[in-house]
Amino acid sequence: MTQPLLEARRLTFGYHRGDPAVEDVDLAIYPNDFLAVIGPNGGGKTTLVKLLLGLLEPWSGDVVYNLPGRKGRLGYVPQFSTFDKSFPLRVGEVVLMGKLGSRGLLLPYTRRDREEVDRVLARLDLTDLARAHVSEISGGQLQRVLIARAVISDPEILFLDEPTASIDAESRQSLTALLEDLNRRIPIVVITHDVTAIAPMVRHIACINRRLYYHAGGELDREMLEEVYGCPVEMVVHGVAHRVLHDHPQAHHHPER
Amino acid sequence: MHSLLHALSYEFMRNAVWAGVLAAVLCGVVGPFVVVKRLAFLADGISHAAFGGMGACFYFGLDPLLGAAAVALGCALTLGLLDTEAIRSYDAVIGVLWAVGLAVGIVFVYKTPGYAPNLMTYLFGNILLVSRHDLAVVVALAVSVLAILAVFYKGIVAVAFDEVFAKVQGAPVRVLLTLLFTMIALSIVILIQVVGIILVVALLTVPPVICLMFLKDLRSIIAGSVLLGVGMTLGGLALSYAYDLPSGPAIILLGAAVLAVVYAGRKLRGGIRPSWPT
Repeated sequence: MTQPLLEARRLTFGYHRGDPAVEDVDLAIYPNDFLAVIGPNGGGKTTLVKLLLGLLEPWSGDVVYNLPGRKGRLGYVPQFSTFDKSFPLRVGEVVLMGKLGSRGLLLPYTRRDREEVDRVLARLDLTDLARAHVSEISGGQLQRVLIARAVISDPEILFLDEPTASIDAESRQSLTALLEDLNRRIPIVVITHDVTAIAPMVRHIACINRRLYYHAGGELDREMLEEVYGCPVEMVVHGVAHRVLHDHPQAHHHPER
Repeated sequence: MHSLLHALSYEFMRNAVWAGVLAAVLCGVVGPFVVVKRLAFLADGISHAAFGGMGACFYFGLDPLLGAAAVALGCALTLGLLDTEAIRSYDAVIGVLWAVGLAVGIVFVYKTPGYAPNLMTYLFGNILLVSRHDLAVVVALAVSVLAILAVFYKGIVAVAFDEVFAKVQGAPVRVLLTLLFTMIALSIVILIQVVGIILVVALLTVPPVICLMFLKDLRSIIAGSVLLGVGMTLGGLALSYAYDLPSGPAIILLGAAVLAVVYAGRKLRGGIRPSWPT
């Protein structure tokens, strides 16, 4: 098997002493992987991703990067913007910051950087907003801006935390198309409550509720979900059968879309 | 007008004007970061803590301005390199530095034998007492601040805007934050000369707050704040000379009046830009 690009070994971390939020997690991300991270609220999904990104220091265990690029760039789209929206910057300038690490800190952004910003904005239907102030755009638009910012940094692994949460159906399509494109080159890790939205692309699923319960094929079964969520889980299949959810009796009672 | 021009024939008045202009330029450059990154409490804390250095230098017969610079820099480094995970909050640390610095300064001033220096001069500043030597120090500090910003602009803006993303991008967030705090600290030392310890924070915040009501991007806000700051300082100095007012408060009150008028005008015409800090 190919070498993983990123490997977590027995990762343990918590926000309060003696109360780990993530415990003994082993996880590997392979080239061209598409990993969906699911689990209940407070189960440690975002914490796990922050550990993998190096934003949190684990109590114990290691994250080993094996990225081909010189700088080992990672892309991150947080669930909530981590900045103050009243900051006086235009959308284009926010996206441009994705180029922060590309030429060293002391050199200014280049014209090519700006052209790349224009291309990514066009790809995500944001061209009209390039000169808008970040406080003037909607939540869904902001989320697409954050995605544009992460994509433009030319990451070697892209992490997205609930990327489809506040995005309307049309934008979701351009987002999934973009992710599919990117996934030809780089692995993508998506935290989501809504696996169906990205289902056709998913190759692995990780269920986390403090411990990592499953991380192998692209299929889920009910026992596993019940173990993770700690309660009976209703499995519902929308539309055509796909790799994430088994076909099962309930599906036939559910009206097809 | 004639008497104002006449005033410029005095060296102390020319020094005052130069110091005021330099201070205003720095305020315009650094102030927007203080406002948008919400560092007003940090700026105020460093300013008060610097009094400890001034008092100590006074006691040992050294230049108080250098003492202020040393302590302000020390505070910037402490706050910049502090492990934020290990401490409860920045605010508490700033509060401690603030009180301890002020207390140390008062003890030294109290124990200084002979002529007791006028505390009011430090607390409220007196730009008319800026000497040639002070002016040289002010120029050196101003050049340092502008150099730091010119070299690290991209990184400092990124960290001021979004520390988490900057860290994911591999930027040295702690170092850049420390540089930002250092710029603020050095500017404060200059501002103490002009408006005094207590009023520093007003000169840092008033011009950018006015600009934030009209302008959308950081570069134009910096440029606007520089212009407004220079206008405020020179206007305040003129008022101070013409009506025999203390210079620091005259500068601040002029700025506050402009802010009030602009804010009311915008409000009446309906619409303050959403980037007005809330």
